[in-house]
Amino acid sequence: MAVVFRKTPVLTDTVMHYCPGCGHGIVHRLVAEVIEELNIQDRTIGFVPVGCAVFGYKYFNIDCVEAAHGRAPAAATGCKRVNPNNVVFTYQGDGDLASIGAAEIVHAAHRGEKITTIFINNAIYGMTGGQMAPTTLVGQKTTTSPYGRDADHCGKPLRVAEMIATIEGAAYVERVSVDSTPNIIKAKAAIKKAFQCQLDGKGFSLVEVLSSCPTNWGKSPAEAMDWIKSDMIPYYPLGVKKEV
Amino acid sequence: MVSKVTIDENRCKGCGLCVRACPKKIVAISKTKLNDKGYHPAEVIDMSQCIGCASCARTCPDVVITVEKE
Amino acid sequence: MAKKLMKGCEAIAEAAIQAGCRFFFGYPITPQNDIPEYMSARMPKVGGCFLQAESEVAAINMVYGAAAAGARVMTSSSSPGISLKQEGMSYIAGAELPCVVCNMVRGGPGLGSIQPSQGDYFQATRGGGHGDYHPIVLAPASVQEAVDLMQSAFDLADIYRTPVMLLADGIIGQMMEPVEFPENPVRRELPAKPWATTGWAPGSDRPRAVVNSLYIEVDELQEMNDRLQARYKEIKEKEVLVEKYNTDGAELIICAYGTVARICKSAIKLCAAQGVKVGLVRPITVWPFPEKELAEVMAQDSVKRELTVEISAGQMHEDVRLVINGAKPVDFYGRPGSYVPTAEEIFEYIMKTREA
Repeated sequence: MAVVFRKTPVLTDTVMHYCPGCGHGIVHRLVAEVIEELNIQDRTIGFVPVGCAVFGYKYFNIDCVEAAHGRAPAAATGCKRVNPNNVVFTYQGDGDLASIGAAEIVHAAHRGEKITTIFINNAIYGMTGGQMAPTTLVGQKTTTSPYGRDADHCGKPLRVAEMIATIEGAAYVERVSVDSTPNIIKAKAAIKKAFQCQLDGKGFSLVEVLSSCPTNWGKSPAEAMDWIKSDMIPYYPLGVKKEV
Repeated sequence: MVSKVTIDENRCKGCGLCVRACPKKIVAISKTKLNDKGYHPAEVIDMSQCIGCASCARTCPDVVITVEKE
Repeated sequence: MAKKLMKGCEAIAEAAIQAGCRFFFGYPITPQNDIPEYMSARMPKVGGCFLQAESEVAAINMVYGAAAAGARVMTSSSSPGISLKQEGMSYIAGAELPCVVCNMVRGGPGLGSIQPSQGDYFQATRGGGHGDYHPIVLAPASVQEAVDLMQSAFDLADIYRTPVMLLADGIIGQMMEPVEFPENPVRRELPAKPWATTGWAPGSDRPRAVVNSLYIEVDELQEMNDRLQARYKEIKEKEVLVEKYNTDGAELIICAYGTVARICKSAIKLCAAQGVKVGLVRPITVWPFPEKELAEVMAQDSVKRELTVEISAGQMHEDVRLVINGAKPVDFYGRPGSYVPTAEEIFEYIMKTREA
């Protein structure tokens, strides 16, 4: 029998702390498989965020740095400048990247920093218990928008991929989703292209991944994946936003 | 073509995304088994129907599924 | 090497480069702009990297990433910018990384002034950010001393895996003085950095590196804090630097640091001309504070009282009071903000309070 699918050794054997059905585990796997396939495990450094993926360093079987909330692109910049031969990526959620770390991500892109960012958009703050994120959809109920996000009061959700794509230093930007197996396969291809973009020295690359948060959305894992398709993708269209 | 799906049941959180992903509808959440973490794990109810597409493994957030094919 | 006339900021930057610093991340703020400007010109010539960050917050986090990768790395700023760096400094302390941060202190609070001040003493010596930590804080009183301390700053950072701050009042940064760069500086033995994130795979000759300050389990966090406190204890025992001037048989001991201490020396000379014997204890490391050394000087029978002089409302004065602990009278002279006292003023104050 030939192995069609097995867990990549670029993931450790540690059981992930994520809630059942959380998209983070899927994206962790995709990133780790890409590192394995590109044969860059021994020179890849992961910068993990503050948020649900704060323990990412336990799961990625590579050298890792835990960054302050939102600061991963700045910290990754320091690392990449010291050892340009390292492949450096940040893994950040929407509170981390789109809110508190908005300046750091914009300027990493603006400098054309040769790093890769994997941006998890699940429209909510997960780790802190389901508060409103800049990416929370209009009308979406969270613990800090209990009546639903009111666009008049706190604006409309931020489209990060489109915003980053306007920046000259961004070489590759794509939005993908993990709501279905075909989309997961496409997401992996995008992540691979983003890392390849860094290896080719082209500039900053970012993949925005629409992901699920069943616990804080108050949905079953399957319903949450359906909600990505029915509610998130129409507002956050998938596809390549920039490719140099 | 014979295919084989192995689920590491003790690491499974019973989220059911594999059940949703399986095109042959042969994966189910066990009604009888309970793993160390207290979850009902996923199981393949009819392996002979498996086409080895690995859809279940690719959607599993906990990477607990191995797929083999002859 | 021949003496050279140099502006403080530029001399500090050059000294950092000569100490092996090859990475500098900064952001403009007065009165320290000459440091990043100098670095931007010199770093490319020595194979290093200068990068102007989008903010002080980003700059210190670039330092964090570069330090994690094992580099000798530095940033500099001035008071309001240093406030912004405190988050990063706390993370650097928690992740046990080495780095050097220069604070060219200006008046505060808020936007304050761009003139010199010593109002950041509490922030510097108490840690400044969240959690139980201290950077080592070096306070030069001249451009030459700032140059000499830069080498130690980087070595101390590497040896103790801690942020080290050069706490210089704005005068040091902006004045020109003759300086000499040591041709063969004393280099301390430095530990290897097996913890640095340089790339790892199974079979590598070191464990997988994780740079982190998150310890979610109470016991693990306790262990990290115990490790830090043990290190601080060792630093207090081994790394105190202090200058004692004219202290033997003095009736009054002045405690002052930085350029204010130099002004005090002039005041002490004015006192001596009047037959009044005044001494000076000048902490060079303000953290660790020279507790034992100050206590010894104060214990002399001749010493009747103490006077702290600072450009602040009396911040180091609290450390002085903790050391003297009521044994003898203490006094404070200074103003918060950016008012730099003259030698004559200090002299007059000493003479006036002497009669009282």
